[in-house]
Amino acid sequence: MAVDKEMIYGSEGILHRVSARRVIWRTFIYTVLILGSAVALFPFVWLVRSSFMEMRQIFILPPEWIPKPFVWRNYVEAMTVVPFGLYFQNTIKIVIGVMCGTLLSSSLAAFSFSRLRWRGRDGIFGALLTTMMLPYAVTLVPTFILWSRLNLVNTFVPLTLPAWFGPPFYIFLLRQFFMSIPYELDEAAYVDGASPLYVYWRVILPLAKPPLIVVGIFSFLGVWNDLLGPVIYLTNPNKFTVAVGLAQFRSMYSAQWHLLMAASTVVLLPVIILFFIAQKYFIEGIALTGMKA
Amino acid sequence: MRKRSRTLQSVENRWGVLMALPAMLGFLLWNLLPMIASLVISFTEWTVVTRPKFVGTANFSRMFTQDPLFWKSLYVTAYYTFLSVPLVIVSAFLVATLLNQQVKGLAVFRTVFYLPSVVPAVANAVLWLWLFNPDFGLLNTMLGKIGIGKLLWIYDEASVLPSLALMSVWGMGNTMIIFLAGLQGVPRQLYEAAEIDGANFFQRWLHITLPMVSSVIFFNLVMGLIGTFQVFSQAYVMTDGGPNNGSLFMVYYLFRNAFQYGRMGYACAIAWTLFVIVLVFTIIVFKTSPAWVYYEGERR
Repeated sequence: MAVDKEMIYGSEGILHRVSARRVIWRTFIYTVLILGSAVALFPFVWLVRSSFMEMRQIFILPPEWIPKPFVWRNYVEAMTVVPFGLYFQNTIKIVIGVMCGTLLSSSLAAFSFSRLRWRGRDGIFGALLTTMMLPYAVTLVPTFILWSRLNLVNTFVPLTLPAWFGPPFYIFLLRQFFMSIPYELDEAAYVDGASPLYVYWRVILPLAKPPLIVVGIFSFLGVWNDLLGPVIYLTNPNKFTVAVGLAQFRSMYSAQWHLLMAASTVVLLPVIILFFIAQKYFIEGIALTGMKA
Repeated sequence: MRKRSRTLQSVENRWGVLMALPAMLGFLLWNLLPMIASLVISFTEWTVVTRPKFVGTANFSRMFTQDPLFWKSLYVTAYYTFLSVPLVIVSAFLVATLLNQQVKGLAVFRTVFYLPSVVPAVANAVLWLWLFNPDFGLLNTMLGKIGIGKLLWIYDEASVLPSLALMSVWGMGNTMIIFLAGLQGVPRQLYEAAEIDGANFFQRWLHITLPMVSSVIFFNLVMGLIGTFQVFSQAYVMTDGGPNNGSLFMVYYLFRNAFQYGRMGYACAIAWTLFVIVLVFTIIVFKTSPAWVYYEGERR
């Protein structure tokens, strides 16, 4: 396509010069991109390579790239010296609680903020948006004191319950999408005597599957990534999440790099798998977050 | 506006409030009230087990006049911000620009550049700890190949923050995707018109690309600032604030005060200081933005 355009410009001399410069430019682009890709991928290679090595081989100088032999047992060992199975279960429980709460509460609020008109709506939405810029550190101590007074430290409640109160970021994300749905659909349902709840559940939500999946993925990642929350609220090792488990593993086995890399790979793997299954939603979701700009 | 019956309007009023109620409660319970409480606690001495004692501005005066660690944490956080945010934005913008040149294999490159940013924070920290290892890590191995001697990376006070900033560049995928979406939204006709007028690549970039995506740069700048002021995992997992408090980030120092030394009042004073700093930065960025951010369809 681009070549056709250049042909229009006429004389052969110009065409020749343009394409020579073009070749150099293209070569430059691909060189930078390929070098950049190598930089992006090398740490992953190093991670996996180390996770399959014997401890002895890790400390050979100069470092070797191919594990010899391949030690699958590192993974078994990493999973058993610390009860990662239990940590996975705990994390999944929190993920379920957070995901359900987020999806329900933020879609309800997003529906209200985008498709119903009521007094004070825009002011309240604006106030919600400002909290996205609020550093969580500010609310950390009072929130912690609240939960400890309620005797809910070492339960999953402090980590899951807030998600049932419409996290503003997700309300914003869903509202962006809801606003693109034609209002005629709601109107037709209202003419037939439907209630707003019906319109929300039967008209809007079925159309909003892609952004709901995005919200689901983001809230999963949020839980999987969170370290400070579980570190503060979960002090009983039986309640640890994978993030805390890995952090603790690192402080206990600080020189056992083969095990640490195996454990890290295990923590990383579910996210990578999810990413490759739902790549489209990751990319679209992130692009959508920038849309408010 | 649409004609609406009065009954529908009252129905909408009722349901509208009802459906947004959890979100409004959440705003009160998890944001507004804790913020106020945090401010109140910052004027007390409180170790949770004891009763809170009102001490006026003692926490703040101690923080500003008698606590070198607080100033250290402020310096560490600010220095890291000034390193990491521009580095991430520039490299993400560069990669996004190159990816937007109708390259073959766009999807593959995009995936590769994005992939590091899905790595969970703790796994990322553990992995980089290993990459930074002075004796057996990947980075010094590569440097050795091109004849550069060993660096100490995060194990030296002078290089710990640049090292962590380097690590943050690896995870710039999110920022890059947002830039790419912005770049793809720039109408092609603008470039074609400029090309016919004889503008070269750099001129097109300066006079079309940059103004058209300035709002995206603005967004990434604000988000980047807010993000770097909240660094915790790296300090907790990798450096424990060291060496010699060289990576004592504010949130980590706050965490230590609250949950290791049990000084709730002092922690809240740090938290509010952090909040005010972020607020001031955000306001500065917002206030100066009309001078350098272009919004399409905006009337001046």
